Amino acid sequence: MRPLEAAFWAATLLPFVVTPSYLALASQVAITALFALSLDLILGYAGIVSLGHAAYFGFGAYTAGLLSKHDFGEPLTGLVLAAIAAGLLGYVTSHLIVRFRHLALIMLTLGLGLLLAEAANSASWLTGGADGLQGVKTAPLLGFKFDLYGRTAYAYSLAVLFLLFLVARRIIHSPFGLALRGIRENARRMPAIGAPSLAHLRKVYTIAAVMAGAAGALLTQTTSTVSLEVLSFGRSADVLVILILGGAGRLYGGIVGAIIYMVARDQFASMNPQYWYFWVGLLLVAVVLFLPNGVLGGLSALYKRPE
Amino acid sequence: MLRMIAAAALLLPFAAAAQQTIKIGMINVLSGQFADAGAQMDNGAKTYMKMHGDSVAGKKIEIIRRDVGGPNPDVAKRHAQELVVRDKVDLLAGFLLTPNALAAADVSAEAKRFMVVMNAATSIIIAKSPYMIRTSVTLPQVMETFGTWAATKGGLKQNYTMVTDYGPGHDAEAAFASAFKTAGGTIVGSVRFPVANPDFSAFVQRAKDLAPESIYVFIPGGAQPAALGKAFAERGIDKKKTKILGSGETTAEAALKSMGDAGLDIITAWHYDYKLDNPLNREFVRVFSEMHGRNPDFFSIGGYDGMHAIYETLKKTEGNTDGEAMIAAAKGLKWQSPRGPMSIDPQTRDVVQDVYIRRVQKVGDEYVNVPFDKISAVKDPAGERRKQQKQ
Repeated sequence: MRPLEAAFWAATLLPFVVTPSYLALASQVAITALFALSLDLILGYAGIVSLGHAAYFGFGAYTAGLLSKHDFGEPLTGLVLAAIAAGLLGYVTSHLIVRFRHLALIMLTLGLGLLLAEAANSASWLTGGADGLQGVKTAPLLGFKFDLYGRTAYAYSLAVLFLLFLVARRIIHSPFGLALRGIRENARRMPAIGAPSLAHLRKVYTIAAVMAGAAGALLTQTTSTVSLEVLSFGRSADVLVILILGGAGRLYGGIVGAIIYMVARDQFASMNPQYWYFWVGLLLVAVVLFLPNGVLGGLSALYKRPE
Repeated sequence: MLRMIAAAALLLPFAAAAQQTIKIGMINVLSGQFADAGAQMDNGAKTYMKMHGDSVAGKKIEIIRRDVGGPNPDVAKRHAQELVVRDKVDLLAGFLLTPNALAAADVSAEAKRFMVVMNAATSIIIAKSPYMIRTSVTLPQVMETFGTWAATKGGLKQNYTMVTDYGPGHDAEAAFASAFKTAGGTIVGSVRFPVANPDFSAFVQRAKDLAPESIYVFIPGGAQPAALGKAFAERGIDKKKTKILGSGETTAEAALKSMGDAGLDIITAWHYDYKLDNPLNREFVRVFSEMHGRNPDFFSIGGYDGMHAIYETLKKTEGNTDGEAMIAAAKGLKWQSPRGPMSIDPQTRDVVQDVYIRRVQKVGDEYVNVPFDKISAVKDPAGERRKQQKQ
């Protein structure tokens, strides 16, 4: 790990000391960052544009919620099971997804996301419908209760984000990760040099679904709530915006995007609870205008210029 | 005696150091598709503070507003946590939507903070925190009452239900139908239409083919009531023969204007209307429309009475904002609201109020919900059933 990276991860511990009353927000930033990182794997590295990534996030969230509702509230097992469940869904859908590119792919992922959201809405006997799932109680994590300040929540989310980040980092720097980038640039040529495009894409899509499911499970467990919103189109769109804001195709893009987007939203919204979307919109337009490759893309261009 | 003096002396510095403002964390929906309803609820609270001043029991009331942006319980819960730990609010209020109220209830219960639900109408919410009261309405409170009324005083034996296919629609359908059947009526058929449904003629035709004595309708406000009203007129349903029953949202101010003559003779049950004729309501509507340039609706009355309940509770506790003290003082509160007499049930902590049965009539140039019957002091029937199960 390079010194800059080590410094970044050390800095993620700062909220515990510097802003202890913002830990609930910090926890949700970490969860969103994990979700964005999972989208980055398929969008940034493998070129699979998705407008329905919340399907896996929500599937994980509901799995964790249902487990804890039926007296299986131990968070770590719940997290693993939810991630596996989302991964299974990802594996099944990947067979369909990887056959398409570009606009058709956008339509397909959007459709799958909406289908799942509508299914959850109709199955209100299982999901609680529009009122949200009732009776979700997360058991203490290794003896630590999920407190009002959000200390346990942030520590938990951050630890899971860090671990899965290391996994993603390993994948990206492996030959498999290199092959993915090749597929992104030219899916037809890669099989000719021994990288089966479709199989690789299915694999990375499943991995991304696992990570998204873990993020969803974290949200359920740290807040003890699940509602249809976890499956909504809005969540899929938000995470895409976050990734583009931070810089797609960069390991830290999703994380930086999540920090900027969520903190800006929180600050704008508490300054002006009614019209804060205006300022968020302005920020997004400004970033896209002046930093078309995202914040990280812009920073790295600045960094390279003097050389 | 000595011990008491010593105890009092110990308490004194605390009393002197106690804050001079009382902070209310108002969790609402102020952006997104529910923003207008959220604004109306907030306007109701603002109107109350304009009419009754911004201090009570010698302390200034300060409101800290937070926007959840829709039914997002994770965001609502985070706001509730932050309001309690960072902004150090004394109590939580607002709550337009059920999922948000349910999520914040956990925080109220854990932090022992008084919580006032000013709108969310699902019955079960109130059971989630022992420090919570509600000043709006519950869906069974109106819909079961209406079902019973229709089969008894309304003299109807048959009904066909038509509801929008979403959570509140299902709940309303179940509440109305079960009460109607219990009171001796029969449901001859039912249909659910999609949430975004522009054309109702096929559904209305199906209802017409069965020629029921009455039709019960539950649809969200907005453009849909007008479309449905038009479909009734076009399909030739005679409202003198086939009675159309609905909830207050179906014939809210904007819906009535857009329905025009098509809305005439629709019978609804509801707890508030800006046209209610009593001095308190006339004054409320006057100040409200001066301040906000529009008329109040049932969201506004929830916000208004929510603030009233907070003020009265604080008067009783003399400014003490401890959760236990506040909920003890709030239980059994009774007051005269612009909607009529209302109270907080001392056991369930839920709202008790009159339910009006109204008919749409043309008064002068305006279409108005004219009340012609009233059921007094209605409790939440679902809450009563929970109470019996416990015993």
